[in-house]
Amino acid sequence: MRHESIEKSVNLMMVLIVVAISIGGLVELIPLMLSSDATEPDENIVPYSALRLAGRDVYISEGCYGCHSQQIRPFRSETERYGPFSTAGEFVYDRPFQFGSKRTGPDLSRVGGRYSDDWQRLHLIDPRALVPESNMPGYPWLAERELDPELITSKLRTLQFLGDPYSDEQIAAAAGDVEGKTEMDALIAYLQSLGTNRRSRR
Amino acid sequence: MPAFWAWFIAAGTIVFVIWCVWLISWSAKQGPQNKQDEELVGHTWDGDLEEWNNPAPKWWLYLYFITIAWGVGYMIAYPGIGAFEGLLGWSQEGQYEAEMQAAADRYDPIYERFAGMEFEVLAANADALKLGASLYASYCTTCHGSDARGAAGYPNLVDGAWIWGRNEAAITQTIMQGRNNVMPALAGALGGDTGVDNMVNYVRSLSGLVEADAAAMSVQPMFAALCSACHGADGGGNQLIGAPNLTDDAWLYGSSEDDVRSSIVNGRNGVMPAHGELLGAKRAKILAAYVYSLSGSN
Repeated sequence: MRHESIEKSVNLMMVLIVVAISIGGLVELIPLMLSSDATEPDENIVPYSALRLAGRDVYISEGCYGCHSQQIRPFRSETERYGPFSTAGEFVYDRPFQFGSKRTGPDLSRVGGRYSDDWQRLHLIDPRALVPESNMPGYPWLAERELDPELITSKLRTLQFLGDPYSDEQIAAAAGDVEGKTEMDALIAYLQSLGTNRRSRR
Repeated sequence: MPAFWAWFIAAGTIVFVIWCVWLISWSAKQGPQNKQDEELVGHTWDGDLEEWNNPAPKWWLYLYFITIAWGVGYMIAYPGIGAFEGLLGWSQEGQYEAEMQAAADRYDPIYERFAGMEFEVLAANADALKLGASLYASYCTTCHGSDARGAAGYPNLVDGAWIWGRNEAAITQTIMQGRNNVMPALAGALGGDTGVDNMVNYVRSLSGLVEADAAAMSVQPMFAALCSACHGADGGGNQLIGAPNLTDDAWLYGSSEDDVRSSIVNGRNGVMPAHGELLGAKRAKILAAYVYSLSGSN
């Protein structure tokens, strides 16, 4: 077999490319997907409550991850500002994870409790009312959109099906938990929970 | 990482490196450099433009082997082959710990020196204030503003009005433990719109914003019954329980009729989050001294 025969046979080349790329995946991805380091939750890490899960989905639909990361790297410059660095066991219930790749705004993985609920509400409606230098857009419409209790129930059921430890009681109570709540309430509940399950904030 | 996966990664890595060496050597041998005559590929353009099958330069081939050798050296020095930790003993956490230790060695003596200083002296120390200003910029600006003038609902720190008092204990407690200030909703207790209107006028008259008319003065007994327990009989506030002074010109939630009415009708819930865990006592003291100095300089 000559080099030429690989170049001239598209099928053979495709097979060999897949083999070459798969080795990286086999070595780097498969062990992480199956080893307990990345699949067992850290102490105190629990699945999102119904309201927080709804907030997480608002976070995704509004594209918050475009400007905010949720992953603190193990450097002093990051842990001084944001809190302890992230560990794999914190993300086991994040489907999908919200690592993000860009920080136009600050990292949010430890933002829970850093500001009051009222602050978050005002800030989401009009960021510059509180931080004049801010370039974050306002999201006033979130306060007018009500959550759909049916949808949350089916989301929880799906996650339970995928293996997240939601109890049937939790799922039964989910619709009531979000009844009459707005997307704003949900997003604030989600933000206020971020990082609060850690034992230490330093 | 379980032993099986460690071996799996080690085997995958080593096999792949060997395979790379073999592939490059094999395809180099297959190349035209080992032929007697340079050959034409057989493509011709524009009548006389022909494509040759010439070997890549040798240095190019050597670069492949150099990168592989570098990779092997890297995996011997650093963790990469399964559970093997590398001869240098490097780890991500170790690097982080070393970075934190280096910072502690450098900054702890500074914090130590300031921790031993009298609060009032500290609040006049230029170095401490510089440090305090950078702590303020990191932790406080999002609510109190980069100019420390606050926002509606978030206290102005330079106006000389103090809800909990201008002293070391009060400021440090506010920073370390946070505060939760609750003003109850009083519309019902005031007996509806007229009562609220009169109370708004009465409260605003305390600081001279308006002249209290007879109707406003008529709620004075209500003020004594409902408000004075926290705000004091004369409306002067009580720093022990964080009740604002109503007679000065500092207005946390605004001084307009609507703002004051909203405070009375809906109540207020002012939250200062606790920063003790984030800052630690030594840095909190420096920050407190900085905050203390803000209204002194004004």
